[in-house]
Amino acid sequence: MDGDSHRVTEPAPDSRPQGSDSRPSAQSSLPPVQSPLPPVQGSLPKGTLAPDNSGARVPFGSKAAESGRGPESGPGAESGPGVGSGLAGGPGAGVGPGAGSRRGVGSGSARTGAFGRTGATGLGGHTWVWTAAAVLPAAFLAVFFAWPVAALVARGFVDETGFTLAGVQAVLAAPRTWRIVYQTLAQAVVGTVFSLGLGLPGAYLLYRCRFPGRRALRAAVSVPFVLPTVVVGVAFQSLLAPHGLLGFLGLQESFIGIVAALVFFNYSVVVRTVGALWSRLDPRAEEAARTLGASRTRVLATVTLPALAPAIASAAALVFLFCASAFGVVLVLGGASYGTIETEIWYQTTQLLDLPAAAALSILQLVIVSASLLVANITRARQERALRLSGNPVDKPLRASDWPAVVVTATVALGLLLLPLGSLVWRSFVTADGLGLGNYQALAGNAGQLTVSVWQALANSLVIAAAATALALVLGLLVSYVLSRRPASAPGRRVLRTLDAIFMLPLGVSAVTVGFGFLITLNRPPLDLRSSWVLIPIAQAMVALPLVVRTLLPTLRAIDPRLHEAAATLGASPARIVATIDLPFALRGLGLALGFAFATSLGEFGATSFLARPDRPTLPVVIFSLIGRPGAANFGMAMAAAVVLALLTAAVMAVAEWIGPKEVNPW
Amino acid sequence: MVSGLQVADAVVRYGPVTAVDGVSLDVAPGEVVALLGASGSGKSSLLRAVAGLEPLAGGSVSWDGDDLAEVPVHKRGFVVMFQDGQLFPHLSVAGNVGYGLAKDRDRPTRRSQQAKAERVEELLELVGLGGYGPRPITALSGGQAQRVALARSLAADPKLLLLDEPLSALDRGLREHLVGVLDATLRATGTPALYVTHDQDEAFAIADRIAVLADGHLLQLADPATLWRHPAGREVAGFLGYGPFLDPSAASALGWPGTPDGSVAVGPSGLVSDLSGTEVRVLDAQPRRGGTELTVKLPDGQPASVLTPDITTHGRPPAVLAVRLDPSGCTVLATT
Repeated sequence: MDGDSHRVTEPAPDSRPQGSDSRPSAQSSLPPVQSPLPPVQGSLPKGTLAPDNSGARVPFGSKAAESGRGPESGPGAESGPGVGSGLAGGPGAGVGPGAGSRRGVGSGSARTGAFGRTGATGLGGHTWVWTAAAVLPAAFLAVFFAWPVAALVARGFVDETGFTLAGVQAVLAAPRTWRIVYQTLAQAVVGTVFSLGLGLPGAYLLYRCRFPGRRALRAAVSVPFVLPTVVVGVAFQSLLAPHGLLGFLGLQESFIGIVAALVFFNYSVVVRTVGALWSRLDPRAEEAARTLGASRTRVLATVTLPALAPAIASAAALVFLFCASAFGVVLVLGGASYGTIETEIWYQTTQLLDLPAAAALSILQLVIVSASLLVANITRARQERALRLSGNPVDKPLRASDWPAVVVTATVALGLLLLPLGSLVWRSFVTADGLGLGNYQALAGNAGQLTVSVWQALANSLVIAAAATALALVLGLLVSYVLSRRPASAPGRRVLRTLDAIFMLPLGVSAVTVGFGFLITLNRPPLDLRSSWVLIPIAQAMVALPLVVRTLLPTLRAIDPRLHEAAATLGASPARIVATIDLPFALRGLGLALGFAFATSLGEFGATSFLARPDRPTLPVVIFSLIGRPGAANFGMAMAAAVVLALLTAAVMAVAEWIGPKEVNPW
Repeated sequence: MVSGLQVADAVVRYGPVTAVDGVSLDVAPGEVVALLGASGSGKSSLLRAVAGLEPLAGGSVSWDGDDLAEVPVHKRGFVVMFQDGQLFPHLSVAGNVGYGLAKDRDRPTRRSQQAKAERVEELLELVGLGGYGPRPITALSGGQAQRVALARSLAADPKLLLLDEPLSALDRGLREHLVGVLDATLRATGTPALYVTHDQDEAFAIADRIAVLADGHLLQLADPATLWRHPAGREVAGFLGYGPFLDPSAASALGWPGTPDGSVAVGPSGLVSDLSGTEVRVLDAQPRRGGTELTVKLPDGQPASVLTPDITTHGRPPAVLAVRLDPSGCTVLATT
């Protein structure tokens, strides 16, 4: 290899499942080689090349990078009318085939086919193919997302007499509502601030510095992130409960405990989002500032942080979104005294059966979530633009002066990330008769009031998650494929941008809303699925879809349109281009997408808690019901079950990372 | 019947911008035509239009007399070789080269597979990369990658090869070497080609005829010798490296024999140092390989360059120099 200084980085992390309870995330555990770029850059085995006659050795990959391929290249210096008119917001967007090459015009030519990718399709046309590929997921989304959510929201405005604002007004007038809104915002703001404050040094250390074990540490830091919310809630509970390791702090059912759990989740969002950009910042700007007489602190404040601003803003918006819509963690840790809008919706619907109130709260939640999603989207687009301007990842050896970052990161890794998990594992072995496997043995029985054993719940979870994964992958592939087109016409681009936003919506709408929406809409003809277990995988697929799309899309968008053109001029039909060019690229992201989809579905709690029937609960539902029951035996079983679920999730992600790159790494 | 490629009044537009404006040219069987022009001259757009990668807003592209407007890219048999190769990163060298061989829908048999492998190896040897088949393309240098791209293009047995600045991403030494490889390969296979370049030397080295483009217009289409001796106007001459341009009296003052019937375009070697010539003031001196390039102020006020073999002491050029025009290094542009 070229040396450590050139490492292929992961795609810009930009999304993860909804904070409420679908935890695995896009950033959390990307395999190190999972790059949206064909990993040609900087990987020339120097010593093994047969000498070219001229003796010149031009790294082909880096040439390619200079001349307009993929996310790395900016619009060509001589950007003509076409350059920069690609899809907004995507890596590689706006990079026409001509960008960077000596051509005044790029891909954004006025073409006839709205979706016809220049070159791949010859002369326009094939619009219908993309339209068809878009219609299926769009229809699915309409029936299983838009309709239930809209129906739920509509409930807030209807009573026996017809349209009314009374219910909504009552909710908005209640002091309890505003206390909950305040708690939601406070929790999100504080969680975001701490995630940023702790995550930035981590991003620096793990993405800008080089030291032995960095890869392992990057992976370790990401682990909490794929854990189901219920597991994390239970882990913190084990730590903060009166008899727990930190029980003396009296933090059970406290704001601090919840924020700590939220930071536990979101730490790696910041580390990976900011780190991805940081690792690609050209160090020469900082070096220039240093030679101009700026201190390290001043360089950080005046050069580095401003350059990182888009990534920081993007991470902050995402973390805010996840914190504001957190559900499982708050439900487990908050107890009766603490609530957010999300848990309040759950409380109003399942406990009080007050639908207008729940609907009104859903609307409030939608406002908050849409706002943060909007900010996240804007900043993500900006970050992708920024990322395109930078080159290969750069890093430097760890220096003594890096000690603040080391101290902060070590403290976070040990104190915030390791401690709750260690506590969880430890508590799972604590039984009435001392340390032992009693809690695990109890998982086989129907102890307490459980209708099924934990192992049966696990089997349910696996079946449901498999179905949800299959669904999410099929839909995700279709959606990513459509979204990766680079239509030449302005209306085509508008259509695609709109589609892009639509398919990301499930990321922003609370899973609780979706789950409850299912209950009230899909319970009567034409679609009476209430008694069918298929509702659960459908709901989980909806929650996982944005994640699958965000994982597949960068790899598809990274395909240089000229690869398609080259294939077409070599005689490949559009179908053959899909099979021989697009599919191999998509496969690179497929293993990972599969892992995310499966892990997400496995840990999904918000929607599932509404939809799971008592005789067929999933594992997270069982864990939640166990932790809510009194008695040391139930508590111990909850711990053991959470450990099982955590191990399973981690195993799924590990397998996904293992198969992902391998199957797609023929070079 | 006409054979080969005919482009008639081709127009390519990107929104309001017209990149190619009514260009007509043809490529005969076995002929290599260079499209030479500066950045933004429309040469690459024209190439893309010929390939079918851009729609024509006007005019036509035809092959052997058949209009290609309705023929999609992959059925034209025109292979584009891109500036940066655009090798498929997920395929090996052999996989890339063989890509265009496998267009038939026949089920691959052992025999056809073997024939394919042999053909791939044959082409790799043609470009000097025999035995490279199993390598990943990431293990290639820039020059090797472009040779693989060339082999891949030839494997598809193109009716016409479209080369879009195939060498400009490479450094100079490699470029000069690969021009030779390209030239030899094109001649050996008899493949007609359109060769887009902004590099005059490349165009002169490889082309049977050169089309000079500027702002989407075809300024001149001629064989290299004619183009050099008789550029169609000041713009073409300037692009080829002529300059300054002297009116007849100024030329006479610099020793032009007789009175030229137009302005004299001074080529790179058109002004020589000659003790019996006209004395001019030296403005600047730049060391060059094997000599010094002096910038002098001609009697009519224009600056001009003179290459002298003398190495001037750095910073101390002679104050004046006697120069004259060498007609063999100049050309006379008809007054327009």
